[in-house]
Amino acid sequence: MTLADPALLAPAPTLRPRRRANPLRHLRDPLILVSVVILLGVAAMSLAAGWLYPGDPLDMVAMPYLWPGDDMGFPLGTDSLGRDLTAGLLHGARATLLVGLSSAALCLLLGTTVGALAGWFGGWADAILGRITEIFQTMPTMLLVIVLLAISDPSLPLIALAIALASWPMVARLARAEFMVQKHRDYVLAARALGYGPARIIFVEILPNVLPTLIVATSVLVANGILIESAVSFLNLGDPNTVSWGSLIGNGRTQIRTEWFLSAIPGVAIILTVLAINLIGDRLTRILNPRLS
Amino acid sequence: MTRSSFANLRRLLLQAAITVVGVIVVSFFMLHLMPGDAVDALAGLSGSASAESMAALRQSYGLNDPLLLQLARYAGGVLTLDFGWSVSTSAPVFQIIMERLPSTLVLMLTAFVIALVAGIGLGWVMAVYADRWPDRLLSSIVLLLYSAPGFWVGLMAIVVFAAQWRILPLGGAETIGAGLQGFEWLIDRIRHLILPASALAAFFVAIYARLTRASMLEVLHQDYIRTARAKGIHPLRLQFVHGLRNALIPVITMAGMHFGNLLGGAVVVETVFNWPGLGRLTMSALGARDISVLLGILLMTSVLVVVSNIIIDVLIRRLDPRIDA
Repeated sequence: MTLADPALLAPAPTLRPRRRANPLRHLRDPLILVSVVILLGVAAMSLAAGWLYPGDPLDMVAMPYLWPGDDMGFPLGTDSLGRDLTAGLLHGARATLLVGLSSAALCLLLGTTVGALAGWFGGWADAILGRITEIFQTMPTMLLVIVLLAISDPSLPLIALAIALASWPMVARLARAEFMVQKHRDYVLAARALGYGPARIIFVEILPNVLPTLIVATSVLVANGILIESAVSFLNLGDPNTVSWGSLIGNGRTQIRTEWFLSAIPGVAIILTVLAINLIGDRLTRILNPRLS
Repeated sequence: MTRSSFANLRRLLLQAAITVVGVIVVSFFMLHLMPGDAVDALAGLSGSASAESMAALRQSYGLNDPLLLQLARYAGGVLTLDFGWSVSTSAPVFQIIMERLPSTLVLMLTAFVIALVAGIGLGWVMAVYADRWPDRLLSSIVLLLYSAPGFWVGLMAIVVFAAQWRILPLGGAETIGAGLQGFEWLIDRIRHLILPASALAAFFVAIYARLTRASMLEVLHQDYIRTARAKGIHPLRLQFVHGLRNALIPVITMAGMHFGNLLGGAVVVETVFNWPGLGRLTMSALGARDISVLLGILLMTSVLVVVSNIIIDVLIRRLDPRIDA
């Protein structure tokens, strides 16, 4: 290439300051709008549960086997023990959201720590942490959660912890890859030249750059946590004193041939919630990483 | 087999061995975290035991030995296929698991094939019609499957196909007491297999379809596809021979990674359909708090995952010789 190269002589394209994207513009997409509304609705349900239905949702309140619409006092009907399905659904939203969010947060914490250490230090630390990650990735998630719950008394925090312990390797791999890329960047070199220690560089310099990618990945983890929790409580391994959508499906299972709505309605609630999370997660990934779409 | 691929296989097997040993160590410590030990379980089962006899039992089982010695004994046992003794069924754990494993494998492999065929097919159609109505319609269906718990799909399938329409059995692996032979027996087994396998496959159909779509779209934009098109190759041949083969590599990699999830899903779906496999064994062991059986299942399924990973790795190298370089 010489100086007479026409590409160099062509006038440079006019540079304009990039317009700041308004995050609310995504709400114009009906799918995203509906997803946000669904998630806000589930959050409202879990907040309003104690206020609308202050009693224990496991109490008998009406005739058993009321179909949805039979009695407007119990709009979604009642089960074999006369427990109100509406109250169960509202209280169940609480358990479902709580486990989904806290398991994802724990997962993020555990996975990022392991991944950051492996990616930053490399060498032996990377080899050992990589093996540990591999071990936890090999054990089937659902079975590991079942065993962890079998050796302890199940409660909501413990279910969240078990789910996180079984599903952190994905985050660890992602965080490791990100840290390995970032640690060769100029700003890290600059931070090193200034004499910052590894802890400061990892947490103050690199982490803020990596976190958005990891948080978007976490949206999958919330959905995953909700699905695993529902399976666990469907199998009756959850806390017997709390209602969750999975345990409602499990309770309705014995009358599945006749009163199928008892299992169908909580299942629809799970699908809608997980669907909304997945839709928003997909959109966030596309915003953050336009190359993939 | 070239020297490099042989060295690679050796490295792969070494890593697999480390992973298996790691899983053994993790399960040993989980066994120890549990409140109470095997002697407590035995005492609970027999109904009465004196403190002296329990102490003697602990001594004879080696439960007073240093932790590392116990770990070595446990690992040695597992490596010689001695997974311990099931207190609730009074049989060796390994034997009980091997009795149930084939029926879980039948369910899982059927679901796996359904998921791969349907997922790749759907993903291919979605990629070909990208951003037009067939893609939009199928993408929404796939996203619904991606968000639905497998056990719930199974329950709803029971409601529709077994309770309302009565065209497929409610559960179980075969009609009990029918004494069917030959071809009729096979048909009966297949009829029992359809619903559980489809329920288990649903979620994975969605995963593979999304992957195939993304991967196909990427491949179809490559230069060699444009060259092939310019040469006038028939579009179907272009998509199948030039496109799909290369698009499948990431799909197969992911299929291998989801093998463990498929096993975990089978546990839940089996309980829905009363399928006599590892899932039901897991649930009955849970009921009896028979932790050695649970850990045996965890170990066994982990080994299955390791083996499947090795198979997938070899398969990928066949599909894409560049990886072997």
